[in-house]
Amino acid sequence: MYDTIIIGGGLSGLAAGIRLAMYDRRVCILERHTTIGGLNSYYWLGGRLYDVGLHAVTNYRPKGTKRGPLARVLRQLRISWDELHLSEQLGSLVSFPGVQLEFSNDLALLESQVASKFPRQIDGFRRMVASLKDYEELDLTSSGPSAREMLASYLDDPLLVDMLLCPLLYYGSARERDMDWCQFQIMFRSIYCDGLSRPAEGIKIILKTLTRKYKSLGGELRLRSGVQRLITAGDRVTGVVLEDGTVLEASQVMSSAGWFETAQMCDPPLPCKTDEAGQLTFVESITMLDRQPRDFDFHKTIVFYNDSDRFDWKKPDGLVDLRSGGISAPNNFAYDEPLAEGAVRVTSLANFDRWRELPVDEYRRQKQICYEAMVAAAVRHVPNFRPYAKATDVFTPTTIRRFTSHANGAVYGSPQKRYDGRTPLKNLFLCGSDQGFVGIIGAMVSGLSMANAHCLSELAKTDVQPVVPS
Amino acid sequence: MTTAEIREEIIDILENIAPDEDLGGLKDDVSFREQLSLDSMDFLDIVMELRKRWRVQVPEEDYQNLRSMTSTVTYLEPKMRDLKRA
Repeated sequence: MYDTIIIGGGLSGLAAGIRLAMYDRRVCILERHTTIGGLNSYYWLGGRLYDVGLHAVTNYRPKGTKRGPLARVLRQLRISWDELHLSEQLGSLVSFPGVQLEFSNDLALLESQVASKFPRQIDGFRRMVASLKDYEELDLTSSGPSAREMLASYLDDPLLVDMLLCPLLYYGSARERDMDWCQFQIMFRSIYCDGLSRPAEGIKIILKTLTRKYKSLGGELRLRSGVQRLITAGDRVTGVVLEDGTVLEASQVMSSAGWFETAQMCDPPLPCKTDEAGQLTFVESITMLDRQPRDFDFHKTIVFYNDSDRFDWKKPDGLVDLRSGGISAPNNFAYDEPLAEGAVRVTSLANFDRWRELPVDEYRRQKQICYEAMVAAAVRHVPNFRPYAKATDVFTPTTIRRFTSHANGAVYGSPQKRYDGRTPLKNLFLCGSDQGFVGIIGAMVSGLSMANAHCLSELAKTDVQPVVPS
Repeated sequence: MTTAEIREEIIDILENIAPDEDLGGLKDDVSFREQLSLDSMDFLDIVMELRKRWRVQVPEEDYQNLRSMTSTVTYLEPKMRDLKRA
């Protein structure tokens, strides 16, 4: 019998687990795969370590910062700033037809770019930035108005609205065409005000740090332990059945599997409409290089590009939408030592159903075609890296589906977030992307705040058990 | 525990909560919120640590007493004076 079973050994599940184990809860994290990480994981191929989700860690703040999501994560998980090994980005770019906006970890650069490229919009831009609420002030009890509607009250040039939204949608919107205004405020701060960073070793170092912490506190982690179903009785969950038939009982279950996915796992299933499952997913191509990007004048950390008149953030009809993408160079962060190998990653929107329907041989062939097309689209916006390729890989929506268990391989989960983490069952809660926070730091905030809200805050109110004489 | 020992214990808890913080210059009469930017989640940790380490219970309506070091020590003194440090 566990106090809490956590479904999913990703960043949110590990963060929740650390909080609960810290206060002596009997907690068990169940991870379906042989490695932890979920959406943000890593894999070995041809002797190389590849990251799955991580382009950059948003919410960067220098050591000693007391406020904001990074400070919250460090405090709540009792991790020191140095343990995350974060190095800052060198500078990024939003590249649209005929106009480019540079941004860095200093908002002043973006502001000066808006002033010079969109002089008529700069006053509205400044008013919009001044109106942004602090993370702590945001009301996350409902999804609220749309970001596009709110932005229209400050900016009347749709091109600038599209350009500002592009990186934010790419790094966290489960909603087509738009995002919630409260999400916009969080993401704007995370990316444009705080900024981008990355550990030289990639996501692995963060996952290892969390796992070590969790285990040192007595938390139990079970790999290869997929949950087949949740056992319910009335309005409560009483335990889980694993795929191998093992039954585990728990007073509480916290699931990072997604709302739609968790509802389906319940026996009987909880009512949940199919449109509550997300649709937005990616294809990502990875090119390993025989030199560093800077050796051929590629200095940007991330380039978000769009080639069409309007930036279209929606599920494409075809396998992939090459009209926009995110191009990331993991080498272009201010590390103490350069990374051993150069790499460029290109991410574009994709259609899960189209990929899933492909027969095995055709799937492999399309991956190769898609790789070539993505790289061809990318090199219109960044220096040509094709001549330096020495290894490549592609992952698709079906790969993402396999590693996250999210329906449709939806990277950022459901478009309708459940910010309070509650479900119709009184002791079943959500954490992770469907609770509402995305990104590396966001996922950890989700896990720890749900553990606090639904377990520790309640526990603090209960009577202390008297010491049993030994 | 004496009030000095209770203060040391609180410092130890704060060091745990904020490992990157230098607590040497902590002012006892200024709020933790102001000096250390502690928020409600951090106060939950102080409450949980007291519970875990000393089985001291702080009811929700008393959380306001944990404002500063002085108010915290004053509040905890009757609850902790009979406890012995190991």
